[in-house]
Amino acid sequence: MIELTAKQAADAIRSGDLDANEYFEFYRQRAASDPYNSYTWVAEKAPEIDTRKPFAGVPIAIKDLFCTEGIPSQAGSKILEDYRPPYTATSVDRLTTHAGGTLLGKTNQDEFAMGSSTENSAYGPTLNPWDTSRVPGGSSGGSAAVVAGATAPWSIGTDTGGSIRQPAALTGIVGLKPTYGAISRYGMIAFASSLDQAGPFTRDVTDSAMLLSAMVGADPCDQTSLGLPEPVRIPTANDLKGIRLGVPEELAGEGIEDGVLKAFNDTLELAKSLGATVETTHLPHAPHGLAAYYLIAPAECSSNLARYDGVRYGFRKSGASTLIDMYTQTREAGFGAEVKRRIMLGTYALSSGYYDAYYGRAQKVRTLISQDFKNAWDKFDFIVTPTAPGVAFELGSKTADPLAMYLNDFCTVPMSLAGIPAISIPNGLSEGLPVGFQIAGPAFSENRILDAALALEKAIGFDASKAYA
Amino acid sequence: MSTEYEPVIGLEIHVQLKTRTKMFCGCELSFGEEPNTRTCPICLGLPGTLPVTNAQAVQYGIMMGLALGCEIAPRSIFHRKNYFYPDLAKGYQISQYDIPLCLGGRLGDVRIHRIHLEEDAAKLVHVGASGRIHGSEASVVDYNRGGTPLAEIVTEPDLRSAEQARDWLQLLRETLRQLGVSDVNMEEGSLRCDANVSIRPKGTHALGTKTELKNMNSFRYVMQGINAEIARQTALLESGESVTQETLHFDPVSGRISSLRSKEEAHDYRYFPEPDLVPIVPTPEMMAAAEAAIPELPADREARYESDFGIPTDTAHLFAYEPTWGTYFERVAVEGNRDAKAAAIWVTELRTRLGADADPHKSAVVPAQLAALAALVAAKKVTAGSARTVLDKMVETGDHPDRIAEAEGLTVMEDSGELSQIVAKVISENPDVVEKVRGGNAKAMGALVGPIMRETKGRADGGEVNRLLREQLGV
Amino acid sequence: MLSSDQVLHVARLARLELTPEEVERFGGELSKVLDHIELIGQLELEDVPPTSHVIDVENALRADEPRPSMPVERALESAPDAAEGGFRVPSPGAS
Repeated sequence: MIELTAKQAADAIRSGDLDANEYFEFYRQRAASDPYNSYTWVAEKAPEIDTRKPFAGVPIAIKDLFCTEGIPSQAGSKILEDYRPPYTATSVDRLTTHAGGTLLGKTNQDEFAMGSSTENSAYGPTLNPWDTSRVPGGSSGGSAAVVAGATAPWSIGTDTGGSIRQPAALTGIVGLKPTYGAISRYGMIAFASSLDQAGPFTRDVTDSAMLLSAMVGADPCDQTSLGLPEPVRIPTANDLKGIRLGVPEELAGEGIEDGVLKAFNDTLELAKSLGATVETTHLPHAPHGLAAYYLIAPAECSSNLARYDGVRYGFRKSGASTLIDMYTQTREAGFGAEVKRRIMLGTYALSSGYYDAYYGRAQKVRTLISQDFKNAWDKFDFIVTPTAPGVAFELGSKTADPLAMYLNDFCTVPMSLAGIPAISIPNGLSEGLPVGFQIAGPAFSENRILDAALALEKAIGFDASKAYA
Repeated sequence: MSTEYEPVIGLEIHVQLKTRTKMFCGCELSFGEEPNTRTCPICLGLPGTLPVTNAQAVQYGIMMGLALGCEIAPRSIFHRKNYFYPDLAKGYQISQYDIPLCLGGRLGDVRIHRIHLEEDAAKLVHVGASGRIHGSEASVVDYNRGGTPLAEIVTEPDLRSAEQARDWLQLLRETLRQLGVSDVNMEEGSLRCDANVSIRPKGTHALGTKTELKNMNSFRYVMQGINAEIARQTALLESGESVTQETLHFDPVSGRISSLRSKEEAHDYRYFPEPDLVPIVPTPEMMAAAEAAIPELPADREARYESDFGIPTDTAHLFAYEPTWGTYFERVAVEGNRDAKAAAIWVTELRTRLGADADPHKSAVVPAQLAALAALVAAKKVTAGSARTVLDKMVETGDHPDRIAEAEGLTVMEDSGELSQIVAKVISENPDVVEKVRGGNAKAMGALVGPIMRETKGRADGGEVNRLLREQLGV
Repeated sequence: MLSSDQVLHVARLARLELTPEEVERFGGELSKVLDHIELIGQLELEDVPPTSHVIDVENALRADEPRPSMPVERALESAPDAAEGGFRVPSPGAS
């Protein structure tokens, strides 16, 4: 059972070769005894399974920050400890109620999706199934680890500056961040609203397309949701004939570990052998992406997290006799260090006298980065880069240096700022650890990205089973 | 020699819009329901929820803008205004900041600076000492009102007295009421007024330091509050002190003004564009729908009644502020071949009988019959006095005035023979008066008119009585 | 370098109560991040319009149609201190 991809399992259930309840129970037990601290909640039994629906009851793991009615949705934070929402996120509802997937568990994450290692969870760090002394990346580290460690056939996470693609790269699986607006954000506990986007974690590109196809769609509950202009297709490409790949010097040279860069260059050669043209190019403002991102995201988060005040839900520090003490003590005790750091940074960036210098400028840089990509699409079908500058790092090795941690997002942040889709596929190993290959395309080019990713996936021939075998 | 000061006043008015649902969620608006029974995940600010703008609130905003002569922004956006307070479920209020829905405009002699849309805060109810935390005071939050759509109207500082401010606010209220965008009830809080007040030496142009006077919840308090603040500022300046820019509260009971936020730090709202909402770009269809929904407004109606119907200003004003009566008046005037002045008089008479709040269209008196009554008077078929009696009966029975006048014997005596006999009878019964009149005191003749009118039950035409008296007395 | 007064001012705006150690640590960390961020100060941005939304959507308004509200018990079920049908808090004016 463990070898089956989600699509294979769904097909087998539908054809009667696999029992949906048995399959669910198999994963439920694996999830319940997960050794990587990937889960914050696991279902006790299978809910009603409808095998006639597209996902035929195939279990799915959901990042903790998706609201699920009556089920803990804590966003990795103490301030939402055991918080059980009265409603379910649109994207989760689409996967379960509509597509017929079965909710298996909620996965661990960096608190409010702020982090690149899943060490910032109030519920302990998640470990990398490839090497338990290392991080799985973040912030959706739990959702990555459950697929890599095969405690779930697939999962969903969110990506704000790389939180799907980077952990997918560090755990040897496929992670897709769709175009901003492709999937409803309703019910996703917000980190940075203008950047947050849900997406699938899967073992292979075909599963990625299948999971994505059920999540996308405009939602009347989210003004910024558009869906995709055409349905997501199951990809079929075998080659890259006529595909023009642009390699931006700014994101694929300096600052990238040698082993990661070598794997990247090897795959460029593979791509050529599949018929692609590969050319070096420039995204001149991409190096400023990180600075813009670390202004915009904290600014939005400082506002998004103002609602955690101990009044309506969640944690309240007891004993305070004045309102201001109740607020400050609740938030001091309820938030972890990284969340506080970003709230401080964002509050500062928006405060009187600094808006123009910080937030205002960052929004302009965002315009320039979008323009860089638009210029690139005149010459290229896709921009390709390594997903993360290095392989999974040791637990605790970067927690003392926020800036070093932020640099992990170097290659993924520009796409987030531009709102464009990008996928990370496993690109072999460096030092025995997985590395990722990122393919980014214009807004709404998901189908074409998935086709290119499939062709490369076949050529790379990555064996993900090492992590769970 | 003390300086004479001139007040400079601008108003900021918050109007609760009369939509069915809240600004950003589908909860119905609350009118005194039990606390927290009109909430949902969105207006409680639960994690993961998103706002979605109410189309009707936008339409009302555009209607207000058009009615007040504003320019409707081709593209306006929402911002977040960040501050912590328990009545704010998200820790920020969604409002419009530097690109509001409506800019510029005018109502009467006051220019409108801007109109923007936002959401209302919830209610905080003080509940006294809490049992759980010894000795401390507690409040309870009721989120029913949280998220109610608001339009904020900001005027230019064009007002020069508290009385003018009150009168203009009344014009604004009536305009908004007739637009149908709000209940505009100050006591219930659907219309809330803050005033920016400063003073300057008369004849100078530079603006003085202004203070903001918060939430005066009646027209009287608006006037009293502004007057109290003008007096306070004048006293300060006269004693050589200066006015501090601050937010103030007027206590109508004591008449005192106190500083509202002295203990709090300066506010830093950290405005930034609301990423969860997309811009409002009014389409031609949205503009046309808003335009079509605007009725004639008081200022226009008053001007039209004066120019087209030629009725006196105060009557025109009355009918403009009470458009139901105005519309009724127009029907009567049309039925009466546009003898509008007479129509106005008799509609006013009817309003006295039915009460200003009544709907005359639903009364027994149809416009054609009221016009017929006016015509009877104009044709001198009934006297004005008799006509009032006829009108009483019309209100009661709905009968035609001709029939009532006939049946009640209230028509003017056309047979001067009968009247002549009555005149002769009264003359013969009052020899002393006749003496005086014949002795040269013409005024004394008035003493004979009363008895004649009594005798004829008011049906006699005054002119005809005078003529007959002179004739028979030979004066 | 952010002064501790600046750190405390920002913390108060954000309603965070920081320990003296946190004030010092955040001061240093934020300064380091801000130093990196200030690289964008070198860019010529005069004529560049800001981007607040990456998507091209307008209006997306909702019809003014009521949807059921939650029962009060549901609204209050996660409240840390529910009382008298509402959410109890220390009075804003209390000291």
